[in-house]
Amino acid sequence: MSIDSVFVHKMWNDHELAKMVKGGVPFPMLSDAGGKVGSAFAVYDDEAGVEMRGRFIIDPEGVIQGYEVLTPPVGRNVSETIRQVQAFQLVRDSKGTEATPSGWKPGRITLKPGPDLVGKVWEVWKTSMAAD
Amino acid sequence: MGEDIKVGCARPTGGLVGEAPNAETSSPKDVPAKEAVAMIKVGKKAPDFSAPAYHQGKFVSVKLSEYLGKWVLLCFYPGDFTFV
Repeated sequence: MSIDSVFVHKMWNDHELAKMVKGGVPFPMLSDAGGKVGSAFAVYDDEAGVEMRGRFIIDPEGVIQGYEVLTPPVGRNVSETIRQVQAFQLVRDSKGTEATPSGWKPGRITLKPGPDLVGKVWEVWKTSMAAD
Repeated sequence: MGEDIKVGCARPTGGLVGEAPNAETSSPKDVPAKEAVAMIKVGKKAPDFSAPAYHQGKFVSVKLSEYLGKWVLLCFYPGDFTFV
């Protein structure tokens, strides 16, 4: 979503993005002229008249599980976003019985919070797991 | 998702995703930015909105609450043809 019109979205998709991605952008390119929706999500800069690089993860109930907002010069990282969605999906599938520690990615250990784990995280989770 | 429509304007519905706008007794139709900022919290429902969109060669209207039941990534960016 940006403040551009759907006509500009079409031009950008058809003339540039379709050259990067076969078939063009697969998801809807939303138009928010005036920044009303951006304001509702607190990413609209009314001085500059544009929206910041905001990314919201919204679950099947419509609940915001996470967000990230960057100023325009720095781009986001799609694999980190996908990792977070995978983590939220795992937690949801476990009905909250499992949690994903720092650095978790699919295949790595999860934690089962409870009395037995208090003070024992160091036994199962190492700082080397915090990053790739 | 979304149906073919005439191009309109993006607008917050004034309610939250999955809840009728009139369930929010104090919420005005057009949510002012200052109040809206307080609505964004992790663990809380997203503000619902509808917006015109370009999707696979068509102009459509997209409403956030149409995606209930699915995971949604909503991304904002400064503008088309920017470089990043």
